Amino acid sequence: MTTTSAQASLGGARRPPRPARSLARRRATERVVNTVLLAAAAVSVLTTFGIVLVLVFETFEFFRVVPFFDFVLGTEWAPLFEPKHFGVLPLVGGTLLVAGIAGLIAMPLGLVIAIYLAEYAGVRTRSIVKPFLEVLAGIPTVVFGYFALTFVTPNLLQPLIPGTDVFNAAAAGIVVGLMVLPLVATISEDAMAAVPRSLREGAFALGATDLEVAVRVVVPAALSGIAASFILAISRAIGETMAVAIAAGSTPVLTLDPTRSIQTMTGYIAQVSLGDTPQQSLEFRTIFAVGMTLFVMTLALNVVSQLFVRRFRNVYQ
Amino acid sequence: MSAAVAERMRWRPTVAGRRRSGRLFLLLCYAATALGILALVVLLADTLIKGAPGLSWQFLTSYPSRFAERSGLLAALVGTFYVAVIVVAVAFPIGIASAVWLEEYVSPGPLRRILETNIGNLAGVPSIIYGMLGLAVFVRALSLQRSLLAGGLTIAILVLPIVIINAQEALRAVPSGLRHASFALGATRWETIRHHVLPAALPGILTGTILALSRAIGEAAPIILISSIAFIAFLPDSLLDSFTILPIQIFIWVSKPQAAFHAIAASAIIVLLVMLLTMNAVAIVLRDRARRGVGW
Amino acid sequence: MVSAMRAPEPVAERVSDPAKLERVFELRGLSAWYGAAQALRNITFDIPKNRVTAIIGPSGCGKSTLIRCLDRMNDLIPGFRAEGHVTYHDEDIYGPAADPVLLRRHIGMVFQKPNPFPKSVFDNVAFGPRINGYTGNMHEVVEGSLRRAVLWDEVKDKLGASGLALSGGQQQRLCIARALAVEPDVLLMDEPCSALDPIATYRIEELITDLARDYSIVIVTHNMQQASRVSDLTAFLLAGEERTGELVEFGPTRDLFTRPADERTEAYITGRFG
Repeated sequence: MTTTSAQASLGGARRPPRPARSLARRRATERVVNTVLLAAAAVSVLTTFGIVLVLVFETFEFFRVVPFFDFVLGTEWAPLFEPKHFGVLPLVGGTLLVAGIAGLIAMPLGLVIAIYLAEYAGVRTRSIVKPFLEVLAGIPTVVFGYFALTFVTPNLLQPLIPGTDVFNAAAAGIVVGLMVLPLVATISEDAMAAVPRSLREGAFALGATDLEVAVRVVVPAALSGIAASFILAISRAIGETMAVAIAAGSTPVLTLDPTRSIQTMTGYIAQVSLGDTPQQSLEFRTIFAVGMTLFVMTLALNVVSQLFVRRFRNVYQ
Repeated sequence: MSAAVAERMRWRPTVAGRRRSGRLFLLLCYAATALGILALVVLLADTLIKGAPGLSWQFLTSYPSRFAERSGLLAALVGTFYVAVIVVAVAFPIGIASAVWLEEYVSPGPLRRILETNIGNLAGVPSIIYGMLGLAVFVRALSLQRSLLAGGLTIAILVLPIVIINAQEALRAVPSGLRHASFALGATRWETIRHHVLPAALPGILTGTILALSRAIGEAAPIILISSIAFIAFLPDSLLDSFTILPIQIFIWVSKPQAAFHAIAASAIIVLLVMLLTMNAVAIVLRDRARRGVGW
Repeated sequence: MVSAMRAPEPVAERVSDPAKLERVFELRGLSAWYGAAQALRNITFDIPKNRVTAIIGPSGCGKSTLIRCLDRMNDLIPGFRAEGHVTYHDEDIYGPAADPVLLRRHIGMVFQKPNPFPKSVFDNVAFGPRINGYTGNMHEVVEGSLRRAVLWDEVKDKLGASGLALSGGQQQRLCIARALAVEPDVLLMDEPCSALDPIATYRIEELITDLARDYSIVIVTHNMQQASRVSDLTAFLLAGEERTGELVEFGPTRDLFTRPADERTEAYITGRFG
């Protein structure tokens, strides 16, 4: 059996090979495929252009009516009611308040979990903790909003701080912090795992304890990666919509009090989209101006985060 | 002796204290990890306790209603299913094709770096901004109105970067020796990809795309701008009908002041989470199988 | 602070009978395992004070495992297990009362590949004193250690520069300075020149000879010329089929290289295997 097939293939090799398909046809297929793939890859580029064009066009229309500086420096936001005010700062402030609270939760917690996973935990502990983080990361944001409104505010915040509003920045910030916690933990852990073992050994050989190795060698060595995870988490928190739309309220006020109802940029966009504001009106255009602000802020943070990641990669390949 | 004294003066023997801070820190590690896990457990348990009583066949097969006890998920389930189909039909082929082009056709250099940076940035754009894009392009410019198709396409565009990034990773995991072997036999680039690279990368690609799909199913923010959010007490007849999806239905119910609606929101969340966890479990099984199969 | 370059005494005068020398380490029946795989079997010999002891042998013979048993660095590897006794100044370092952190503080270690921390030159050297609660003048320690490692003149104007910016040979001397800064009495060197070019290797060897006056040095090397150049005593390890290292011969370096007692040693040093 094996002999015959070997003979057959030998015989085949002796005769000049007869191509099943002509080379010209194969080349044509290659060209077609290349074009199709190129077109697919172009979709992403078009998406970027689409986003930028839509935001720029609508924002431009908006600024033909509302002076630019009234928008970026104004401290009152009341576009839907007379007298109208178009100062975006209350929305930016509300967004930063929620993102700040989220950061206060996600950064220290995420970093400590990352240190634990990278430096202390054994294979078994990791195999328990990691799936929890994955599940947490996979929970839809609307669920976090529900949790904030129906659990965090009535069961945690209001008993703790009487007088907390039903809708408040703290509850939204806490659940957004939980939401981005896996992001911080995972990226920071990856950064620490990439720190060469030889550095840890160098420190242990000098008589360092586990804690000293982790905090004084590994964390500083992974710092740009950790910073990238922090910035990315803040960027995500700023862009988060559903949890804040449900739990943070719709009161655009400039405040640092986390127990008050506020409104974020995303919350405002959601509120207007849900209402019956006519689409061609100035009032509706405000969401694009706010969206542009949101886009610029998150893009800037993402770019900075990528710079940190690149710096980290340059140090450890 | 004097040397020993000098030694003691200059070096504070603090190993015990340092060990103590080490133990304290380990406690902090346990506490932080436990807190994270506890939060998730409380979230799931709270939802389960409040939502489980409302789960019934009737709940799954009824339309929304002004009365919480008569409301159901039918329209939202069907809408979510159709959106998922559109995402699978649009985002997966385009995403995988983009990944193949980036990984197999573009040589590393400025062009590839720009394209990959672009995709990375798209993945970081807040999802509600995709809603604005969908509103301007699909709803208005292409006159799809607030239809299922407009919503599905918007979500497809939203998860496209994730599909591309995951598929690229899967393609990168295919050893280059496989490609060289195929090229050496006279295969063209596409023949190599179709017969060798894609089959080898398939489990990884599937895992990545399933994860992207689960993201798509849980996404609500862009649909706020696309869907008409009104009472959807019917099933879509065509791609151009209006629609609702599961997370939007949850959002609507959570936003109502009555506790009865919050309870059925919890029931709906259970349904959504069961769907997502099932999908993730499938993805993980596929991933593990792919890892075991990698032993060429 | 610069130590005057004295010509090293001839090896034969320094070492006649290793048994008469004061000891730093005593190894008694040391065996070691990584999981189920045994890496060392029944190693017994003494490492003397203020001498250079070389551990040689072909790759995979357990040299690195052996030297890493001396400061319990192997504890960091999951699944590692040691049996037998290793005493350091008469204390069993694997005993229940032993503290690896305290032990390592007195035993410096230099690794195969230079591993400076991604910090400044100054902070690299100051790291050990800082964590170990040094209360004296940090600048003195840093300068003294860098001078001792013959690196001071090259880096005194760039103490703030990253340790990673130095050349390979400079990085390795920085790592030696870093180890010296905590005032150890033993220096373990695990193939310290394997990643260096010949000139950098020569400078490190010179440094080792110089340091041997004040420190007990143990050096692992696969380079027999290096062992014969820098060491007073040599231990020759060999692993069989199952890759478990055993001690073949231990004695004054000159004796081991000129009239080995074991034919396997002779085969190895004459280059017939390994």
